[in-house]
Amino acid sequence: MTVTLKPVDAVLVGFGWTGAIMGQQLCDEGLSVVALERGPWRDTAADFATGFAQDELRYMWRHHLFQNVSYDTLTIRNNTSQQALPMRHLGSFLLGTGVGSGGVHWNGQIWRFLPSDFLTKSHNQQRYGRNAVTDYDLTVQDWGVTYDELEPHYDTFDKLCGTSGKAGNLRGQIQPGGNPFEGPRSNEYPTPAMAQTYAPTLFGQAAASLGRHPFPHPTGNLSQPYVNPLGAQLGECTYCGFCEKFGCGNYSKASPQTTVLPYLMAKPNFTLKTECEVLKVELTADRKRATGVTYVDSAGQEYFQPAEMVILSAYILQNVRLLLLSGIGEPYDPSTGKGQVGRNYAYQTMSSVNVFFDDKILNPFIGAGALATVIDDFNGDNFDHSGLGFIGGAYVAGMVTGGRPIEMIYTPQGTPAWGLEWKHAAARNYLRSFSISVHGSCMSHRGNYLDLDPTYRDTFGRPMLRMTFDFTDNEHKMSDYLTDRAAEVAKAMNPREIKLNRRTGSWSVVPYQTTHNTGGAIMGDNPGNSVVNKYLQVWGVPNVFSMGAGAFPQNAGYNPTGTVAALTYHAAAAIKSQYLKAPGALVQA
Amino acid sequence: MGRFAPPLLGLAAAASLGLATWAADQGPALPSLPAHPLGAVTPAGLLAEIIPDGAQNAEQLRRGQALTIAGDCMSCHIRDGGQPFAGGLGLNTPFGVIYSANITPDANTGIGAWTNEQFYRAMHEGVGAHGENLYPAFPYPWFSRASRADDEAIFAYLKTLPAVKYVPPANHLPFPLNIRFMVKGWNLLFFRPHDVQADAGQSAEWNHGAEIVSGLGHCGGCHTPLNFFGAAKSDQALQGGDVDNWVAPNLTANARTGLGAWSVDDISEYLRTGRNARASAGGSMAEVVSYSTSLMSDQDRRAIAVYLKSQTASPDRAPGTPDPGAMRRGGAIYSDACASCHLENGVGQPRFFPPLGHDAMLQQADPTGLEHLILAGGRVGPTATRPSPLIMPSFAWKLTDDEVADVSTFIRNSWGNQAAPVDASKVRTLRRRLGLQATHYTANSGDQG
Repeated sequence: MTVTLKPVDAVLVGFGWTGAIMGQQLCDEGLSVVALERGPWRDTAADFATGFAQDELRYMWRHHLFQNVSYDTLTIRNNTSQQALPMRHLGSFLLGTGVGSGGVHWNGQIWRFLPSDFLTKSHNQQRYGRNAVTDYDLTVQDWGVTYDELEPHYDTFDKLCGTSGKAGNLRGQIQPGGNPFEGPRSNEYPTPAMAQTYAPTLFGQAAASLGRHPFPHPTGNLSQPYVNPLGAQLGECTYCGFCEKFGCGNYSKASPQTTVLPYLMAKPNFTLKTECEVLKVELTADRKRATGVTYVDSAGQEYFQPAEMVILSAYILQNVRLLLLSGIGEPYDPSTGKGQVGRNYAYQTMSSVNVFFDDKILNPFIGAGALATVIDDFNGDNFDHSGLGFIGGAYVAGMVTGGRPIEMIYTPQGTPAWGLEWKHAAARNYLRSFSISVHGSCMSHRGNYLDLDPTYRDTFGRPMLRMTFDFTDNEHKMSDYLTDRAAEVAKAMNPREIKLNRRTGSWSVVPYQTTHNTGGAIMGDNPGNSVVNKYLQVWGVPNVFSMGAGAFPQNAGYNPTGTVAALTYHAAAAIKSQYLKAPGALVQA
Repeated sequence: MGRFAPPLLGLAAAASLGLATWAADQGPALPSLPAHPLGAVTPAGLLAEIIPDGAQNAEQLRRGQALTIAGDCMSCHIRDGGQPFAGGLGLNTPFGVIYSANITPDANTGIGAWTNEQFYRAMHEGVGAHGENLYPAFPYPWFSRASRADDEAIFAYLKTLPAVKYVPPANHLPFPLNIRFMVKGWNLLFFRPHDVQADAGQSAEWNHGAEIVSGLGHCGGCHTPLNFFGAAKSDQALQGGDVDNWVAPNLTANARTGLGAWSVDDISEYLRTGRNARASAGGSMAEVVSYSTSLMSDQDRRAIAVYLKSQTASPDRAPGTPDPGAMRRGGAIYSDACASCHLENGVGQPRFFPPLGHDAMLQQADPTGLEHLILAGGRVGPTATRPSPLIMPSFAWKLTDDEVADVSTFIRNSWGNQAAPVDASKVRTLRRRLGLQATHYTANSGDQG
């Protein structure tokens, strides 16, 4: 028996970064907003206070803050010739759940995409010819939104987080010490860059000796205490080395909890309901408008929450699945190329180079989620790709996120994975090694997509999401080229030895790579090439908005959160300035 | 008269204008937004609602609202999860648990059927609507200093708030204290109702501060020590008291344990935001800031600060010398458990994680507040300008009584602090009183299977 609740102006499905930002924006306009989060309430003191936050076994290996895949998972395969099977253990990506979700256990790496990243198709086609964007069955396209349109919203997110960093391009003027390749920023970072420890410093010196342009990684692990425009306070990072996969006990990592919730939770027109899983977006008979959502609480009671607007603010895999389950848009068919929902699923192409010294003690346990010196010389289209046979690139970072005792012990090439020899190698190298990260882009491809699994169902009887994904030759060529560039910097540091961890073969769901899944509900300039318009509004169902990295038509060589947040603010601005005055399509099809 | 309607944006009107042009080419219009009313209001939001000019007796209601804020009525008259002013909060007094009353305008369970005279007698004489004596946990010894006009303004304001039907639980008081008649004897001994007399030798600001501090603000209710009968020791006004297993620190000019080192601006900032460069408001003071001082006017806060700064320093007692073993052990515990926020040298992160050096709260003669904070943790009162509810986690599960005592002794005698060593047996007693003997896990302590 479904209970119908009192109607609200907007319902938020999922309550991580995009839900928190959209909730704040809409509540400030006086709208009544209900957020439905499938996971539990989480706050610093109860869930990850100092004293127990730094517990690698509990949080990293036993997945304390992540989605429990014995309740909900998805099926995985590399291509359509395979039978997809459920992912029964988290591996390649670590799905979030609960209030704040991935925003709690991220590293705090706050990037902007390059201006040319938003023009992947037209820019590369113009510079390298048509084949550059169609070889390997690539299906890349332009975003329908430009860097200049998003810049004020990137800036707003920086001010929300108090991002620590050094500008490299301030209103068109290249700044010493920053990233000279970045798009023009309207303002310097709100707080100065973090102090760099020994390993990132060595990396920066080596990179500069090769003529590269090193700069400090922009970070949401704050270099100094900060009060954001909502009055929320963040502390100074203590470099404890437990960032990604962990909550921050010191209030020094930007998260919904530290930046938005203190302000938003006090709003009388905001309601948060936790442990409430949305089953479906309900539509009118003509399917041109959502009437609200159906959800089920932890006791199993089903509710219908009527709403004037439905904001899908869950993780991309949930947003795409809800669109498919609700019959919104046409599912993508890779054999015909027709349909948009699920199309252009993409990921991130990660590789690394380990560096081992004899004569340098690096103390890797002094770390932070985004503590790194970075070069961006080989990202996006910052370099000439002529004759290289790929598009895209990566940032290369001498990064010390921590020296966690189980996850982060690097041993040289040829060391056995266990036993006495491993122990000796671990003891010898722990303090004297670190990893250079190669954070590569991932272009979209005709065969990579998301749809509903025909076989496997979740505990509510709904089809699971099915992921069909593999790296293409474009990604392998890009990754190999970039790993070689990282190795050059590694060698310039004069270490005893290095170890290259290339990205080879098919994508595997087993080893952890990164939780940067993108696409499936992509944005574009017309309903024939996308699910949502530039304001993340679903084509044809104008009161449904789909947030998050699902909107990326392909993924750039950066961490996605900054762009996810900027797109959310951009959507919120259009809702506030246009949609509320005339609720309907913000872009004419 | 119902609750004042919150100021709604003029979006509905704007929407209908926009729709006229939009509808022509797009078919049926969606409803305009916002289409649905706002939800429940927060306690601080309720107190901060603007009384519109058009309201009948707006002037009196605004005065009543300001006085209700100054009197911090909300802190006691709301229970965890309850409605504003519906009462039911259990106050742990040395004599037993006394539950606060429902002071919403509900006719049967609140004060909706009271007259002005009845309300005045409660405030001024500590007598309830039926002539029964109220327990002095209701601070009528301070409220009696409010004028009749002020009481009428408060009453008028309270009557505009949402009525809540709720009967608080019965008090848990042992015989003979459960006989209200006993309070008459107490009143005879300790209660001196009177109106505030302005001190012509002091500034208007000082007199205004005195009116708040020793009147409705009832600061002495916690910050003045109590005698055996629970009455304020008037000769030790504002020299520090204890309340519900917390210590309300000395507010006199004592440089070590009082406000001697604080400026008027320090005090004003603390009252406005719940934090300043020296300290953060925790324990019961967190609520005083959230529901009272942060909502006051700048003039009120400044007047309080000016008045408090004029208090003669309490006599200082020479603290004992700590045992070097306790200092050494405590220092090691500090590095492990405390330094990640308060930093190794105790400088903290001002306005965020309080600095610990030269700290008045830490040097109070009675270390109960510090022990309570370490055992149970604490929360800085969120305010409109600083909404982050910064929390110090509980260490009851992690530190033994001896360790709490050692680290407390260390903190009380480092970075310029000097205070008597802490006794582990006192920590044990407090731990029992707080119900923290057994290891407490958070809801999330277990690992996923």
